[in-house]
Amino acid sequence: MGRPTLVIQAAAGVRIRRHGQEAYPHECCGALIGRDHVVTEALALPNSTDEGPRRRFLVRPVDYLAAERRATALEAELLGFYHSHPDSPARPSRYDLEHAWPTFAYVILAVDRATPGALTSWRLREDRSAFDEEPVVVAQDAE
Amino acid sequence: MATKILIPTPLRGYTDQLDEVEAEGGTVGELLADLTTRYADLRKHLYAEDGTRRNFVNIYLNDDDIRYLEKDQTPVTADDTVSIIPSVAGGARS
Ligand SMILES: [Zn+2]
Repeated sequence: MGRPTLVIQAAAGVRIRRHGQEAYPHECCGALIGRDHVVTEALALPNSTDEGPRRRFLVRPVDYLAAERRATALEAELLGFYHSHPDSPARPSRYDLEHAWPTFAYVILAVDRATPGALTSWRLREDRSAFDEEPVVVAQDAE
Repeated sequence: MATKILIPTPLRGYTDQLDEVEAEGGTVGELLADLTTRYADLRKHLYAEDGTRRNFVNIYLNDDDIRYLEKDQTPVTADDTVSIIPSVAGGARS
């Protein structure tokens, strides 16, 4: 049985790529809001890490709560989070795995020398042993 | 005595989709022990294999992080609300 495809609406896809580009060489992060595997809004959040933002991101509890509130206000759901990997492949690191929450989509954007590249999506396996990649498409803008 | 616990989105799959549950206990530690007895599948997402709480799991008593109160010994009453609030962390390299 195939995994359902995560669909990122065009405007949200543009925001994620732009955020990754603007934050470079630091990692960017934000929340994915929508429903039924369709991301309708990418909510940029501050990267609050104190471990070096070129290779780490952290969404603090206060910003996490803001994301849940935004989802509720839109009568939508918090579907997951995105972050960028500056000059690094769009694959989850061991550190990503150790810190992952179940159920959420983890979208990773590779940013190669300030240019946004591959975008992938991952879900934590129930036993926390690994991430599984899921299909993801960024919708094209309807004219 | 039951105290209300707010469950964040990624953990609701382990609490019958409820965003709010009740558990019993006089301290935050007792409350969480009761919670993870009632909903055993929550345990591995809140605690590491050595039994320590994962550091990206934040427990708030009303508006305060229990790390700045009395941690798991923080007393709770039926009038309090305890929240499990994620930090979301990651990065490119291990
Ligand atoms: Zn990462």
